Amino acid sequence: MQPTQSQNMKNSAKGTWITAGLLVLILLIGLPLGHHYGWITNYSLNLFSKYLALAILALGMDLIWGYTGILSLGQAIFFGLGAYVMGMNLMLESSGQGVYGEAIPDFMVWNRLTELPLYWLPFKSFPIAVIGSIAVPALAAAAIGFLTFRRRVGGTYFAILTQAIAFATWLMFNRNEMNLGGTNGLTDFKLILGYALSEPNTQWALYMLTAFLLIACYVGCRWLTGSKIGLIMTAIRDQEPRLRFLGYPIAQYKIFIFSVAGALSGLAGALYVTQVGIITPSQIGVLPSLEIVVWVAFGGRNSLIGAMIGAVGINAARSVLTAQFPEWWPIILGGLFVIVVLLLPNGIVGLPRQLWHGLRHLRGRSSAGRQPGPQARQRPVERPSVNPSTR
Amino acid sequence: MSESGSIIYLDGVTVSFDGFKALQEVDFYVDHGELRALIGPNGAGKTTLLDAICGKVKPDHGRVVFGQATELHKLEEHEITMMGIGRKFQTPSVFQNMTLFDNLTLATRHERGVFANLFHTLNRAQRDHIMSTLQTLGLEDKAHQQAGILSHGQIQWLEIGMVLVQDPTLFLLDEPVAGMTREEREKTSELLQWLAKDHAVLVVEHDMEFVRQTADRVTVLHEGQVLCEGSVEHVKSDPRVVEVYLGRG
Amino acid sequence: MARARTTWSTANVPIYLKRSKGEAVLKLTCIAVVLGGLVGSTLLHTTQARANTLKTYAQGLLQPDTQRAALEGLRDLGEPTVQPLLDALKEGALYSWKGVVYRFTDTGTFVDLDGVPLLDSAGEALLPDDMEPVPLAEDNIALVRRILDGLNLFAADVATRKATVRRLGNLRDAAVIPMLEKALAQETHTDVQAVLRVAMDKLRLASPDPNVRLETIRAFGASRAESALSRIKGLRKTETDPTVLTAIDEAVKSIEDYLRLRNAVGYVFNGVSLASVLLIMSLGLAITFGLMGIINMAHGEMLMLGSYTAYVLQELFATTLPQYLDYYFVVALPLSVVVVGFVGVLMERGILRFLYGRPLESLLVTWGIGMMLQQGARLFFGDQTSVSPPTWFRGGWEIMPGLIFPYGRMFIILLSLLSLAVVYLLLYRSTVGLKIRSVMQNRDMAACMGISSRTVDTLTFAMGTAMAGLAGCALSLIGTVDPEVGKTYIVDSFMVVVLGGVGKLVGTVIAALGVGMSNKILEPLISGTAAAVYAKVAILVLVIFFLQLKPTGLFPAKERTAAGAVR
Repeated sequence: MQPTQSQNMKNSAKGTWITAGLLVLILLIGLPLGHHYGWITNYSLNLFSKYLALAILALGMDLIWGYTGILSLGQAIFFGLGAYVMGMNLMLESSGQGVYGEAIPDFMVWNRLTELPLYWLPFKSFPIAVIGSIAVPALAAAAIGFLTFRRRVGGTYFAILTQAIAFATWLMFNRNEMNLGGTNGLTDFKLILGYALSEPNTQWALYMLTAFLLIACYVGCRWLTGSKIGLIMTAIRDQEPRLRFLGYPIAQYKIFIFSVAGALSGLAGALYVTQVGIITPSQIGVLPSLEIVVWVAFGGRNSLIGAMIGAVGINAARSVLTAQFPEWWPIILGGLFVIVVLLLPNGIVGLPRQLWHGLRHLRGRSSAGRQPGPQARQRPVERPSVNPSTR
Repeated sequence: MSESGSIIYLDGVTVSFDGFKALQEVDFYVDHGELRALIGPNGAGKTTLLDAICGKVKPDHGRVVFGQATELHKLEEHEITMMGIGRKFQTPSVFQNMTLFDNLTLATRHERGVFANLFHTLNRAQRDHIMSTLQTLGLEDKAHQQAGILSHGQIQWLEIGMVLVQDPTLFLLDEPVAGMTREEREKTSELLQWLAKDHAVLVVEHDMEFVRQTADRVTVLHEGQVLCEGSVEHVKSDPRVVEVYLGRG
Repeated sequence: MARARTTWSTANVPIYLKRSKGEAVLKLTCIAVVLGGLVGSTLLHTTQARANTLKTYAQGLLQPDTQRAALEGLRDLGEPTVQPLLDALKEGALYSWKGVVYRFTDTGTFVDLDGVPLLDSAGEALLPDDMEPVPLAEDNIALVRRILDGLNLFAADVATRKATVRRLGNLRDAAVIPMLEKALAQETHTDVQAVLRVAMDKLRLASPDPNVRLETIRAFGASRAESALSRIKGLRKTETDPTVLTAIDEAVKSIEDYLRLRNAVGYVFNGVSLASVLLIMSLGLAITFGLMGIINMAHGEMLMLGSYTAYVLQELFATTLPQYLDYYFVVALPLSVVVVGFVGVLMERGILRFLYGRPLESLLVTWGIGMMLQQGARLFFGDQTSVSPPTWFRGGWEIMPGLIFPYGRMFIILLSLLSLAVVYLLLYRSTVGLKIRSVMQNRDMAACMGISSRTVDTLTFAMGTAMAGLAGCALSLIGTVDPEVGKTYIVDSFMVVVLGGVGKLVGTVIAALGVGMSNKILEPLISGTAAAVYAKVAILVLVIFFLQLKPTGLFPAKERTAAGAVR
């Protein structure tokens, strides 16, 4: 059961500041203090920072799926694009310190390249790389949106298409001809802006940056979903045709929000690659894209907080479980998909309310004014059928 | 918009679905300031006619002209709406999970582009307009409740209200009084007549009493073709209409 | 004057032999003995003479300066008995001892030229220490080979003859041609005849006479022999005669055109073969997605389960019924349908029925199920399993020289057509199909008419998954059986459904053909190792562009909007 839009709008101002404040408290003050006093190790901080970067990714996913109803099974593409752009810059910064001591990255030396390919050049500059890591995925998203939303390719077909595009992108990035490191990807970074990446101080600074950006993005997303655009997004999700007949150019909105999500994903990728130290094509394909969906579904697709919690929670679980039971992780993940969809339609965040309603039902009271909207029934068009007269 | 010219004009429009002809060579027009009723048995093509106007279906042959010379069949649905055509659908379709106020906010006459709406908040005038519309509909006390709690008749009104705040030139109303009580029907009739003074209103209805009360002229559709057209009396006494639709006695 | 038939009696025997019966018999016997003796001794003498000649030549082999002459003499002898001697010489198994030539045989004994083994007093093999090996001079090696070849041309074994001819053909010595012609005249086996002709043609190319070359080249062009292509091209570099040069170009073009055609046919066949697998799988997907609106991302794993059914069955047969090993397939086909259909029933009843009308959710759930199945298969079966197809499917139909359509693939094409027919008949010409369609289109009305929509739902979904299982079982004939097999085909399968639209079965067929053929035709067109990758990407791009024109696919579901609902 989705919360009403005006509830969102009312709560948005107050709630945003409260939540943001809490996040600042925990992330920007609490954890650093813990780190300072030695309760939290460097390693843990760095790991958590990685989760925070993925939380930004989840925010983007929540915007398009939870709020606008666009299921994209290819968000990892944009994450990867941002990561690769940043990775290129980091590699070039470390130039001269590779195994071969050449100005160009090691893998290019293996591929018998003598000079940098053209499209690497712009990212030599840090500012351009930063902008690029957000702009390139956003533009890619806009392009995909342009080719699909204007043709009213929606719902299930769109999901399948994005999955295929993710697959194709993964295939392409694996090729050595792309000069992006092939299967091994980009790695072995040493410096950022002159600071050593392996230094604890640098990592601490990156953590603070990530946490800050996450909070900033959260506030931004809250504002967006609470504004008129948010209203329109929800309307697109719930009854797109009706909105069309109110005069709204639906495709434009979808392209817009898809690009915003792309930008967020790119930002997440840039932050991620800087702190994890590697980006490979295997993080771009079909499976990573699906995992993003699970984070958001698990956390709660109707709530930005939920999306963030889902991202952090599942990735933390994965770190623990893959260390103990590596072979069982795919099965656990698959099981998560099933359980979340069947039993937790509103995710973890919606669980309390779900239980509350369940209890009230058990006690025989009707849930006045809160009839679960026949969401499913409102869109019977999702179920194409065969017309008997057409054969 | 000229005072006397037609607002909407269908010229030889044919619409077929996989061989089945929903509309056949239909010539049809509605004048500015007119309240036209469109009646006929089920499957006659009434809803399809409305669909053809607002762009939901594209005619196989013929033209749909709005105002002086705007050819609607070449435009997209949202463009047609922004030209000044508002539609209320047969099955009420409001945004159930939003408040009434939000529903009307979405419908309010304002630029529809992304960047126009990015920082848009309702100004005073718009807010008042919405509230007064809700008042006209008698729904202002529920302004900030979910639309899902409304009764069927109230949802109809909400949808009419959404069309109202769009401030279109042409109203397309598909069965606006279905499921309404007697009083509600009368209220609606008054509302529509008031609207028709400055706009054009095209109503699809089955309730003959309502039609008699409200409409200036009536068009009868049967099997995708215009069977008869004229005043209510004229149509009621036409033997073909009687046979096909109204029944004897 | 008629005379009584004379019987043979001593009365008619000429007078000079008439002395007595016994005398006559004695005389006849003497004549016979003498004659026999003469013949026999001549034969013996000849053999002995030959054997003597053989021995003489063999002796000649012992000395380096007489070896060549001896070899030539042996060659001219043209005797089969020469063969073991020369074989031994070539392999270094020829020895001399006390002036006698011996061969060392596989049995570990020395044997002389008459075949008598060298034994000691106890009857055991005698292996003297002073046995001297007979060296074969390097200059004579080729000659020895040539002689052996000449002998092998008439060997009893077809394979040996063929191999010898081929080897001779690959030499560049035109002098061998007469020997081959002689062999051709005597050859009866058609295969060897063909090989002989090809060999002679090859040798003729090296002929000094330009007309001979010209004729041969023209003959090659006419027969479009692929194997001659490189040879002709090589000749082109050294050829000087202009007429021959033009002939070479023409012949090369003719052969290459043919090769292009043959390769094209090959790609088309491969494309159809891939399309047939895709078709079976996509039919299942079209049923679950098109009819029911469920996106089953585990459809690929259904395929995987079908393959594993075949695998398990084969293992079972191998251990319990090895003599009927091939028949595992006969059981595997229907069993895969049943097993995977049953899995479909479980999925539908247990999980999916809660998700009707929510296609995006069903997408996620089924993906999760697919992941679990895939990993489960990996943990249970491991990553390396293989199924060897039944012997009936080994080999293929050589439709054009050098192009073989494997029987396995042909079977799959047949199977796909059969499946198409069955699905069509089931859905559109049977009562069951009628019930299915009615439930899918208007549940409530169907329920009013007494059709249990629950049962129909389960049945329909199971049908869809069963088709994938069938595809998987068939796939085990031509591909590997591993946990990844589902993922390989699922993307293409969904492309087919997206492209073909969900309105008609025809759409699925055309789309399957399109995707399958494009894959196989684009692959060879794009050179390089990345061909398969780029082909897939190219097809994806094409599909996206296609969707620009027709967003709902080739054959969209067309419905007259019943109520005026906003859809």
